[in-house]
Amino acid sequence: MDNTQIQNSFKKGLKDGLPIGLGYFSVSFTFGMMAVASGIPVWAAVLISMTNLTSAGQFAGLSIIAAGGSLVEMAMTQLVINARYSLMSLTLSQKLEKRFSVPKRLLAAFSNTDEIFAVAVNQGKEIGAKYYCGLSVIPYAGWALGTLFGAVAGGFLPEVVNDALGLAIYAMFIAIIIPPAKNSAPIRLVILAAVVLSCLFYFVPVLKNVSSGFSIIICAVAASVIAAVVNPVNDEENETEQEVKE
Amino acid sequence: MITTSSLLIYTLVMAGVTYLIRAVPLAVFRKKIKIRFIKSFLYYIPYAVLAAMTFPAIFFGAGEGTSALISACLGVVIALALAMFEKSLLTVALCSCAGVLVLRLILDNFVF
Repeated sequence: MDNTQIQNSFKKGLKDGLPIGLGYFSVSFTFGMMAVASGIPVWAAVLISMTNLTSAGQFAGLSIIAAGGSLVEMAMTQLVINARYSLMSLTLSQKLEKRFSVPKRLLAAFSNTDEIFAVAVNQGKEIGAKYYCGLSVIPYAGWALGTLFGAVAGGFLPEVVNDALGLAIYAMFIAIIIPPAKNSAPIRLVILAAVVLSCLFYFVPVLKNVSSGFSIIICAVAASVIAAVVNPVNDEENETEQEVKE
Repeated sequence: MITTSSLLIYTLVMAGVTYLIRAVPLAVFRKKIKIRFIKSFLYYIPYAVLAAMTFPAIFFGAGEGTSALISACLGVVIALALAMFEKSLLTVALCSCAGVLVLRLILDNFVF
């Protein structure tokens, strides 16, 4: 078995997960702060972070809890906002090595966040369970601890600091998509298409009535279809998806 | 006042829905997909999702009001510039937030 095509080092995973974990700390700090401001106790804020591990979904959930919304509304909102993860899980499923069994996949699914996903699929190799586990540990701890610290200490922070921290998650997204875009015109095209569509859904009358979760899915699917038609991926470019040679 | 039991039920629904969305495709699709269009679509999806989530929301991510909007613009420029130099996620996020905070304090105290 040739192992050079499989990334399965726990240590390498930890190293790659560290910057994500630190970034998560600042984002979940904001979540913890907002949760307590919405009247949710510290323990519940931390429990939500430890069981959900998703930024946009948690922030949306917070407003529903605060407003006393129905459970159906909660389920629908999570479904719409987090539906993108099903696409990411589908992509990730294609990158996992053969020995990544179903029970391990069921565990791995829990920590398939935007950032962990992006780092995992950009390895250029098939992913092993040890690497994925190492990659997930620090972000998970950062997400939980950030929530705790934010919930406990958040009340002491001035609002301008809170506002500034609101940009952290978007800055992380930019840091993920720009480096690969530098060397790839097809990636630049899909980003441009998604941004243009997203702006239409944000500013144009009628379109802007579409909820943000739905509009992200529509924009992302449309942009990816355009990109897949205009610039189909060659097998050579995508050699990580080829079967591992025995 | 929100009761403990209702908090637990809300949390359970949130976590359950979110988990199933992630777990089902990962457990079901164990074979490699061969169709070129689907492979291409899945290759582009992460970039499309993150780009759509970021723009234009990032401009309104640093609070309400003119000074928040102007500060957020600086944050975008800083994030784009550092990302071009392939700095780490943390460096990009923290420098961007720091830039937003500094400009916001200047604008709020000396301009508006």
